[in-house]
Amino acid sequence: MLNEFQQSLKLLNRMTSCSVVLGAPVRRVAIFGGTHGNELSGVFLVKHWQKNGAEIQRSGLQVTPFITNPRAVKKCTRYIDCDLNRVFDPDNLGRKVMEDIPYEVRKAQEINNLFGPKGSDVAYDLIFDLHNTTSNMGGTLILENSGNDFIIQMFHYIKNALAPESCPVFLIEHPNLKYATTRSIAKHPVGVEVGPQPQGVLRADILDKMRKIIKHGLDFVRIFNEGEEFPPCTIEVYRIIEKVDYPRNKNDEIIAIIHPCLQDQDWQPLNKGDPVFLTCDGETIAYEGDSTVYPTFVNEAAYYEKKQAFVKTVKVKLTAKGLRSSSS
Amino acid sequence: MAALQRLQPVSHVAVSGGTHGNEMSGIYLVKHWLREPSALQRDSFSATPFLANPLAIERCVRYVGRDLNRTFTKQFLNSKAAWDEPYEVQRAREINQLYGPKGSAQAFDFLFELHNTTANVGACLIASVQDNLLPMHLCHFIQTHCTLGHYPILLYNLPDQEAYSISSVAKHGLAFELGPQPQGVLRADLLTQMGALVACALDFIDLFNKGTTFPAFETEAYRFIGSVDYPRHPDGELCASVHSKLQDKDFLPLRPGDPIFQTFSGEEILYQGHATIYPVFINEAAYYEKKIAFNKTEKCSLSIPALQRE
Repeated sequence: MLNEFQQSLKLLNRMTSCSVVLGAPVRRVAIFGGTHGNELSGVFLVKHWQKNGAEIQRSGLQVTPFITNPRAVKKCTRYIDCDLNRVFDPDNLGRKVMEDIPYEVRKAQEINNLFGPKGSDVAYDLIFDLHNTTSNMGGTLILENSGNDFIIQMFHYIKNALAPESCPVFLIEHPNLKYATTRSIAKHPVGVEVGPQPQGVLRADILDKMRKIIKHGLDFVRIFNEGEEFPPCTIEVYRIIEKVDYPRNKNDEIIAIIHPCLQDQDWQPLNKGDPVFLTCDGETIAYEGDSTVYPTFVNEAAYYEKKQAFVKTVKVKLTAKGLRSSSS
Repeated sequence: MAALQRLQPVSHVAVSGGTHGNEMSGIYLVKHWLREPSALQRDSFSATPFLANPLAIERCVRYVGRDLNRTFTKQFLNSKAAWDEPYEVQRAREINQLYGPKGSAQAFDFLFELHNTTANVGACLIASVQDNLLPMHLCHFIQTHCTLGHYPILLYNLPDQEAYSISSVAKHGLAFELGPQPQGVLRADLLTQMGALVACALDFIDLFNKGTTFPAFETEAYRFIGSVDYPRHPDGELCASVHSKLQDKDFLPLRPGDPIFQTFSGEEILYQGHATIYPVFINEAAYYEKKIAFNKTEKCSLSIPALQRE
C-alpha cells in the first residue's frame, strides 16, 4: 500500500508527464435520431437499436438510443412548430409551460430533464445527434467547442479509422452563428451529419456511413475508458465564418440559384471570381471575397426558409492535449 | 404500318408546375414564365403557364389534403362539392374547368406537367398508355433533337386504368419527370434541362401546326406493370432499405434473384419475380406512404404511324 506522500507523487507524475490531461471517464452515452423527423438515417438506426442494441453496446458504457422528435418522425417532417435543434438555449429551456407552448420547446424541456440538465454535473457525458443533409457533405462531424480535447481526440480517432475516406470536421463555434442544439445538453456534444440524402428518403449507403461513424466513436470511448493514452494530436477543421443567402427580389423571392459549378462542391475551395449563383436570365454571379473559403451546406433544402444558400468556412488546425481517463 | 394519321392543329397549350408543391424545377420555371412569358411563345401559338397547387407550393409540401396528381379521375372531377372535401379535390375541379373539361371538345389540346423525383430517373417522358399518337411523336422529336441527355419513355398507367394525372384533363398530355432532386431543393442542372425540354416540345408543336409531316417510326417504351413495397414489420414500419445494388439503377434490368432490399441487420432480400423487369422510381420519397419501393415496368416496342396536321 502506498503512503499518502507516495500517492501524491504518483498523481503529480501523471499530471505533468508529456502534457497529458486526465479526463473523467465517459459512462453515460446517448444516440439521438429524428431531431429532424424527415432525416431518416438516424430515425431508422435508432429504431433498430431500440429493438436490437447489441451493435451499440460497449463494456463500461451505457448507450441509450432515443428518438427526440417523435411527432415530426411520425409525420415525416422536419418539425411540427419550430426547429427542435435550435431551442436548447436557457430561455426556451426555462420557459413556463403554457397551453400554446410550441411542441418542440416542450420536447426540449423533457429531453433536458432526461439527459441533462444542460450545464450540470449529472448531464449525460456524451450525445451523438444523427442528421442527414441534402448537401453533398459526405460524413461530416460537427464540433461545437474548439477547446474540447476529448472530442477532438475522438474525431482524430474516427478520421483515422475511416481513412482514406474523408471525414470533414465542421466547427460551429461562432459568437452569433452557433445555435443551441439538442446535443448541447451533454458534456460532450457530437453532431453527425451525413449527405447527400433527400428528406424522406433512406439510402443504404448513407445509413452505412453513419453506422460506421458511430461504431468508431463508441470504440474510441471504450478504449478511452479502459485507460489508453492518446498523445497530443492535431486535426484540420472547417470553422464557420458566415452564412450566405440567395439573391432575392423586393418580394423576397429567390432570383438566382446555386450555380452548377458550386452545386455538390461542399468542402472544395471557393476563390474570388468563382461562380456561386445563376440568375433566371442565365447570368453568373461570382464570389467576390478576397480569400479562399470552403463552402458547406450548399443547397440544403431546410435552409431555404432560414435564408441560407451555403455557409462559408475557413480551414483551421486544432490541437488537443494528450488525453487519458482519470479512472485508470 | 398504318397510313398517315391526321390530327387537328394544336392551339391551346398549357404548362403546369407545382402539381406537387415541393418539386421545385417546375415551380421556379412557371413563376419565371408568369413574369416573362416570351420563352413560351411560338409563331403558331403561345403556351399558358400555371401553378397547379398554390397552397402546397406555399407550404413547400407535396399536397395539403390529398395528392393532386391522383385526383383527375372522373369520380373526383364529377363529384359534388362538399364542405369537408380535401383542398385538392376542389382544385382539381377548378383546373378541369380552366383546361378541360376532361374528355370534351373544349378541353385544351395539350397539357405538360413538370415534376421532380428523388429517384435517379434522369429525364423521363411520361405519357398515358391510351394516348399514343401525338405524345409519342413529341417524345420521338425530343429524343432526336434535344441533345442534353437520354429520354426514356414511360407509360404510367395500366391498359384498363383511367389516366389520373393532371395532363389527362387536356386532349393530349405529357409529363417531364427529372431526378434525382430532393424535395424542396432547386438544382441548376435539372432546371436547365427542364427548360430545354419544354422549349423542344413547343418547337415540335409549332412545326406540327405548320404542316410538317412526321414520318412513322418504331420506339422502345417502358410500360408500368405493378409495384413492389418495402418489407415491413407488422406495425407498418420499414424493416429494410432499398439495396445498395438497386439504388439509383432506374431503367436498368432487374433479374430474378438480384438483391432488392437489405435489412437493418444486414440480410439481403432478393427479387422473387419470374422475369426480368425494369424498375423505375426506385426510392422515391413520396412513395413510402403509397407503399411503393419501386415500380416495375416491362420494355415494349411501339409502332407509331406517320403524322400530319389536318
